[in-house]
Amino acid sequence: MTETILSVEGLEKHFPVTKGLFKSQVGAVKAVDGISFDVRKGETLGLVGESGCGKTTTGRLITRLIEPTGGKITFEGHDITHMKQGKLRPLRRDMQMIFQDPYSSLNPRHTVGAIVGAPFRIQGIETEQGTKKAVQDILELVGLNPEHYNRYPHEFSGGQRQRIGIARTLALKPKLIIADEPVSALDVSIQAQVVNLLEDLQNELDLTYVVIAHDLSVVRHISDRVAVMYLGKIVEVGERAGLYGSPMHPYTNALLSAVPIPDPKQREGRERIRLTGDVPSPLNPPPACRFHTRCWKAQEICKTQEPPLAELAPGHAVACHFPENAPSKTETPATVA
Amino acid sequence: MTFLQLNDLKVHFPTDDGLVKSVDGLSFQLERGKTLGIVGESGSGKSVTSLSILGLHKGGRAKISGEIWLDGEELVSASQEHVRSLRGKKMAMIFQDPLSAMHPYYTVGDQIIEAYRIHNDVSKKVAKKHAIDMLGRVGIPQPDRRVDSYPHEFSGGMRQRAMIAMALSCDPELLIADEPTTALDVTVQAQILDLMRDLQRDFNAALIIITHDLGVVAELSDDILVMYGGKCIEYGSADDIFERPEHPYTWGLLGSMPRLDREVTERLLPIKGSPPSLINVPSGCAFHPRCAFEPRTGGKGSTVVPDLVETEGGHLVRCHLSREERRDIWATEIKPKLES
Ligand SMILES: Nc1ncnc2c1ncn2[C@@H]1O[C@H](COP(=O)(O)OP(=O)(O)OP(=O)(O)O)[C@@H](O)[C@H]1O
Ligand SMILES: Nc1ncnc2c1ncn2[C@@H]1O[C@H](COP(=O)(O)OP(=O)(O)OP(=O)(O)O)[C@@H](O)[C@H]1O
Ligand code: SF4
Ligand code: SF4
Ligand SMILES: [Mg+2]
Ligand SMILES: [Mg+2]
Repeated sequence: MTETILSVEGLEKHFPVTKGLFKSQVGAVKAVDGISFDVRKGETLGLVGESGCGKTTTGRLITRLIEPTGGKITFEGHDITHMKQGKLRPLRRDMQMIFQDPYSSLNPRHTVGAIVGAPFRIQGIETEQGTKKAVQDILELVGLNPEHYNRYPHEFSGGQRQRIGIARTLALKPKLIIADEPVSALDVSIQAQVVNLLEDLQNELDLTYVVIAHDLSVVRHISDRVAVMYLGKIVEVGERAGLYGSPMHPYTNALLSAVPIPDPKQREGRERIRLTGDVPSPLNPPPACRFHTRCWKAQEICKTQEPPLAELAPGHAVACHFPENAPSKTETPATVA
Repeated sequence: MTFLQLNDLKVHFPTDDGLVKSVDGLSFQLERGKTLGIVGESGSGKSVTSLSILGLHKGGRAKISGEIWLDGEELVSASQEHVRSLRGKKMAMIFQDPLSAMHPYYTVGDQIIEAYRIHNDVSKKVAKKHAIDMLGRVGIPQPDRRVDSYPHEFSGGMRQRAMIAMALSCDPELLIADEPTTALDVTVQAQILDLMRDLQRDFNAALIIITHDLGVVAELSDDILVMYGGKCIEYGSADDIFERPEHPYTWGLLGSMPRLDREVTERLLPIKGSPPSLINVPSGCAFHPRCAFEPRTGGKGSTVVPDLVETEGGHLVRCHLSREERRDIWATEIKPKLES
């Protein structure tokens, strides 16, 4: 059995919606609404789903940048769900987040050296040959020139800036990295550089990744396992080959069939599932199965009973009453009592 | 007569740092009912090209030269007023950023109504009915109610659709869509692409689609133009570009992109380095600092600008390598790696 580095159980984040002078709460955005998953040491878990489904919120919860409303987060055996900042500090070294936007997440007035070296200073860490040497080593590791130490972010291209962000993340030799859309702001030709870099670093430094992205092709390339989110819930999770090869949740099927294929010959004859309607608001999500307002397979039971996330094939779980590609009893309710 | 034809279009911007050669000698043709896909690196001049066709750089500081022929009229030399009068009906554009293209203080409906009435002598009531009709066609639910909403009351996907409704409200003969789906989720993107296909079929419009997403161009385009550093570096049918690409940058694009329709490859094959500066454009071939095949051109790559030459039946390539060398490299060095 591979070791579990991070375990999430029933994790929730409800953002209060307030109104009026006295800020009375009138509702809640259920950004993350009871999700559970494990991350194994050394693996890459991909987290996909459409805009607003709660991916970034999940990342910020795990790294404890925001406080969960419910559930439990266990990192290397420690319950960190509500751990106080002081006690969290050493753990912060082990768990780092790469942010969505390489342009706004770097302070333009600080040099590359200051940016990448900041984690050492904040954590009060002395390095053997001084911070500068340590920073220059990291710059080299991510494919930047150590001589870039005194330059400013605006002097770099988007891909280089993302490397600076990655270098900062690596400074304290973390064990787990949550990468939130690490390549989506980059040019296609640069995306590939950063994807390869993340893979190389994982091998060299024995890192574990949770990669958040909406690009299903990138996620397939980089992940060992993939979790699909819809409106604050995980609807399917499985090994890469199983999830992409025989997706079970109707939403996963719809997502995959909507990805344009860069092959003009496949234009005709490709089976496509077209979803109608927009993603419902997380303020007022549909009851029971949240996907039922857009699902072509929805039955009465889907509107009244929430389907549990059930393992239907080894390592492949889905939350649906009528899953596709399910091993034996297709088209029968998958609910286990 | 060709419906749209660009001849040696140049759009240069004088800036404090120097002259930015955003578009530097671009030529192409497009017939009614056909779709041209334009792909290329960020900053390669895709948006500037489309804005120039719409005449939106007129009166600014841009220096424009060359010719843009649209249905028999030359637009670079035409007056600003005249080109403006063509917007909406003759040609329309879906902009990269929907919020910037819509006025925040007017309802979505009012904006469509106004655009429609410029070209159609109809009452407000008739125009409103048309606006509701258009919003319905682009898939806005309850269009008779949403017509009175303001842009900020729409979600990103709905705004994008509303802008498409606006662009299509006068059945334009030429529609330019600049990254029409970049900000959208894949499921919404699929709806929008269907819509553009339908509308083109119904009105026989000419369509230019600009995007960095090779999947989107492959789905829609008849022909594809690849831009790098303000120039066309490869042009051909969709099959030419995806089946027999001949330019090293196009190879690089194809290798950079993970694909759902293939086995997972061990590694992506990125293009090294970063996009060129348009002020100090690299000498010779603008791609040479990033090109793995530059040494094979015997130093020419860094000194001489290659011409855009026809390699076969309408397939154009701008590269010093000979046709045989390019085909050989593609067949033996690139294609096998992409498909491995
Ligand atoms: N601080 C906050 N206060 C209130 N609502 C929030 C807050 N942060 C996020 N939300 C809401 O929670 C939901 C999930 O947001 P989140 O940023 O996690 O989505 P995401 O999956 O990362 O989307 P994207 O792909 O667009 O980045 C959204 O509806 C969002 O509007
Ligand atoms: N008004 C302007 N003044 C000066 N330079 C400009 C102006 N408009 C565009 N440019 C420059 O021209 C170049 C081409 O810009 P353009 O917007 O056409 O790129 P693009 O290919 O559309 O890129 P993207 O994929 O990022 O949208 C860029 O380097 C840009 O900075
Ligand atoms: S539970 Fe029902 S509505 Fe939900 S995804 Fe499955 S079939 Fe569709
Ligand atoms: S001309 Fe030379 S540098 Fe330019 S693309 Fe061809 S081989 Fe590469
Ligand atoms: Mg996010
Ligand atoms: Mg652009």
